[in-house]
Amino acid sequence: MTDTLLSVSELTMRFGGLTAVNGLSFAAQRGNITAVIGPNGAGKTTVFNCITGFYKPTSGSITIAHAPGHALRLDKMSGHAIAKKGRVARTFQNIRLFNGMSVLENLLVAQHNRLQAATGFGVLGVLGLGGYRAAERAAIERAKYWLEATHLLERADDAAGSLPYGAQRRLEIARAMCTDPVLLCLDEPAAGLNPRESAALNELLLNIRAQGCSLLLIEHDMGVVMKISDHVVVLDHGKKIADGTGVEIRNDPAVISAYLGEGDEDDADSPVGAELEAGS
Amino acid sequence: MKNLGAILKDSAAVAGAALLLFGPFLGLRLGDNEAGSLTLSPRPGLLAAAVALTFAARLLMLLWYQHRPPRIIPVKLSAGTAQAGKYIAPALLIAAVAMPLLPGIENSYIDLGVLIMTYVMLGWGLNIVVGLAGLLDLGYVAFYAVGAYSFALLSENFGLGFWECLPISGLLAALWGMCLGFPVLRLRGDYLAIVTLAFGEIVRLVITNWVALTGGPNGITDIPHPSLFGLSFSMAGGPGTFAGFFHLTPDPKQRTTYLYYIILALALLTNWVTLRLRKQPLGRAWEALREDEIACRSLGINLRNTKLTAFAVGAMFAGFAGCFFATRQAFISPDSFTFIESATVLAIVVLGGAGSQLGVVLAACVMIGVPELLQSLQIYRMLIFGLALVVIMVVRPRGFIATRQPTVSLGKAKLIGAAMLSEGRG
Amino acid sequence: MAYALQQLINGITLGMIYGLIAIGYTMVYGIIGMINFAHGDVFMIGAFIGIIVLTALSGITSVPLGLLAALILSAALCALYGFSIERVAYRPLRGSFRLAPLISAIGMSIVLENYVQTSQGALERAIPNLIPGGIMLMKQNGFAVQLTWLQIAIVIVTLVVLAVFTYVVTRTPLGRAMRAVEQDAKMAALLGIDTNRTISYTFIIGSALAAVAGVMFLLYYGVIDFYIGFNAGIKAFTAAVLGGIGSLPGAVLGGLLIGLIEAFWSGYATVAYKDAAVYSILAIVLMFMPTGLLGRNEVEKV
Repeated sequence: MTDTLLSVSELTMRFGGLTAVNGLSFAAQRGNITAVIGPNGAGKTTVFNCITGFYKPTSGSITIAHAPGHALRLDKMSGHAIAKKGRVARTFQNIRLFNGMSVLENLLVAQHNRLQAATGFGVLGVLGLGGYRAAERAAIERAKYWLEATHLLERADDAAGSLPYGAQRRLEIARAMCTDPVLLCLDEPAAGLNPRESAALNELLLNIRAQGCSLLLIEHDMGVVMKISDHVVVLDHGKKIADGTGVEIRNDPAVISAYLGEGDEDDADSPVGAELEAGS
Repeated sequence: MKNLGAILKDSAAVAGAALLLFGPFLGLRLGDNEAGSLTLSPRPGLLAAAVALTFAARLLMLLWYQHRPPRIIPVKLSAGTAQAGKYIAPALLIAAVAMPLLPGIENSYIDLGVLIMTYVMLGWGLNIVVGLAGLLDLGYVAFYAVGAYSFALLSENFGLGFWECLPISGLLAALWGMCLGFPVLRLRGDYLAIVTLAFGEIVRLVITNWVALTGGPNGITDIPHPSLFGLSFSMAGGPGTFAGFFHLTPDPKQRTTYLYYIILALALLTNWVTLRLRKQPLGRAWEALREDEIACRSLGINLRNTKLTAFAVGAMFAGFAGCFFATRQAFISPDSFTFIESATVLAIVVLGGAGSQLGVVLAACVMIGVPELLQSLQIYRMLIFGLALVVIMVVRPRGFIATRQPTVSLGKAKLIGAAMLSEGRG
Repeated sequence: MAYALQQLINGITLGMIYGLIAIGYTMVYGIIGMINFAHGDVFMIGAFIGIIVLTALSGITSVPLGLLAALILSAALCALYGFSIERVAYRPLRGSFRLAPLISAIGMSIVLENYVQTSQGALERAIPNLIPGGIMLMKQNGFAVQLTWLQIAIVIVTLVVLAVFTYVVTRTPLGRAMRAVEQDAKMAALLGIDTNRTISYTFIIGSALAAVAGVMFLLYYGVIDFYIGFNAGIKAFTAAVLGGIGSLPGAVLGGLLIGLIEAFWSGYATVAYKDAAVYSILAIVLMFMPTGLLGRNEVEKV
């Protein structure tokens, strides 16, 4: 029985004369890890930015269903509302942490809305009244939980900007999870990670799925994609060219030709094909 | 001294440039003759002195670069300054409270204290907008003006006193802060700066030209000084005055001391609210806003509300300060609310460094206190101020205190170096 | 109708002056992404050097030669001022955090204003009209529309200077280097362009143009003081933004628009608030058209 969490329908994004995404439709199921892959320039990050509210789509619709029968149109919501009401969280290709704040503070900022509600319009909190202290304690506990899950607990008080690259990536994921999302969108989470770190990332993502949060990934690292995705959507030049399980798309001729070209290029391209194979 | 020749050539080139740059302005002097037309008088001595000074300065600078000891920044040292910070703040507080009570202290010193404290409060208020939220506001003086003029007008038209008007001034300034914040929500960095500057100027122009309301360039006079539970600080003495009630000889020091403690209390209130807010989600949202706006949005933070609140709260404290300014001077005019004031307060915040509360105090003491004390240099005051801004930015752009204390920690909170902070991303 | 025509003439003349200053702002912002706060004061310095040269040469030479001398000397010295300011106050801060160059620029602006004030006194200085007379275009209801020789001279000089400048930017290697550095400084450096020198040239050219504007301003209004840079600076920056930051024709276009707005506002509404009107334009434009009329669309990469 299909339980669609995120449904993208005829999504089109035009920037002036350039059509980055053209009539894209796909559905991500609840409890799945859905990967969006494709050659560079295929429009993957554009789709992400439309889903997470950083671009307003030219046309089409994006709907999220927190429960069967519920529907929320994300393309009609403002950026921060998508995170708050839509419960869609994301990470960024270029890592956007609050570098000047500590790791723990980053995770507390993520829980801003819940904490802000506990301060009674801010005024009571300043005066030390209201349930703020209890809410902050609970927030710190949740932060600690995710710090442990991402192996960052010892670095909780360090400046986020001082963390090594891999740790920063994990911190971004932990921060996104602290917003208590139903859908986590990850933009190239494995970029720059070595194989050991990639394996640890896979474990983390599977853990997140086990907790009940669905995932949507953009990824180039086929190892990550093939190993953990339940569903893969392949884009090329803004259009969907394949949609299915990892095994299905690996053997799809359209996908292979998109990655390898139509044979009119000189380079061997076998590394790419090998990569597609390597993910098994 | 292998490069001495190159150093001398460089210094000579710089001196040559100085000759050309200073030539028209220092070497010649525009004047008027009896016929009323312009004349030029030469001042070769001044020009020669300036060029020689430039040559010497450049020479020394290059020699210093060549021969200075290598800079090792020991990790322990920065921890040491942090420790010192813990003791400096309470020490300064005690000194500030005790200052007017020192036996034999001159009225002018207490008055200087009032002036510095006013700027400290403005600095702490602007710190919320610029230091915490990273919103580059160059028009802060507008809120100061709103606070001052609202008190002046309320007292002129409705006879209200300082204590009644204080909260009203703050409220009006806060509302104005939201009005000015609204149009600039989507602006970043330099653009935000220039538009807030323009707004500050518009406020000043309106004050100057709306003569019917504000008295125009002549300002508003006879603004009442604050009273202590109904006791005025009039020099006349007698019943109903402070001096009369406590059986003392009337002394201007009494009112000045009273004003001093008022502004000290207001400033401490600003500080306390800031420190509390930093530990609240709002304060953290402000700091996150400064660090990365886009990440904030992705975490569900309402940027519009966060920014408007920053403007409003910062403006409110400026409004309080403005109300105080009016009551202290008993007279206000548009001349007190120029862009230079905004620039001064901004300089204090930036020089203090990284949104640090203590840094603002130190910077205010230096930037306001020193020029006041060196009265002989009054005509050169603004020139020195401008030079100081440039020099300090070039030498130590992060300001005096370049670290940040996290607001919450699991274990031992470590200081975060200012290099990690991003500023003015708007 | 006649009255409007007069405002049009006045506005265009004024707009040319603002346009010259605006180019400096837009070039610097385009190439290093900062608002050169002190640029308006370089304009002021240009005006003062102009008045000093004219005073020195008064009675000795003919008016056109005197003006030429004033223009050339002022442009040359202001070029040196612009170069020096960049080297001293901005270059050391190029890698620093965002606020640093701006604060430094504000400091530099204060230095320049007070340097002139302390060295030459705070009084305003006046010169007689060196290019008197003009032609009467038309007369309507007793109101005569005047087009003065001075106004014509200003427009012509400005157009000539702009033509030369456009040639430099579009046809010479320097101009290409400037555009390259504006697009991508790192790449330009990798390709062998000396970015430091290119940036210096940007300041030099911008300051020279501001100097020309200063001398024109001196001639047109006949009165200057050390504070004219502040106002003119904000207005010229507004012009640069209006036309689209980074766009050179936009700066000139913006300048003309601001000049016209100021002239018409002074003519039909209150003179007292003319500056406020222009400043409000700045706010309104940035609110609704953040990239100005001809500017490039800056899309931040997420």
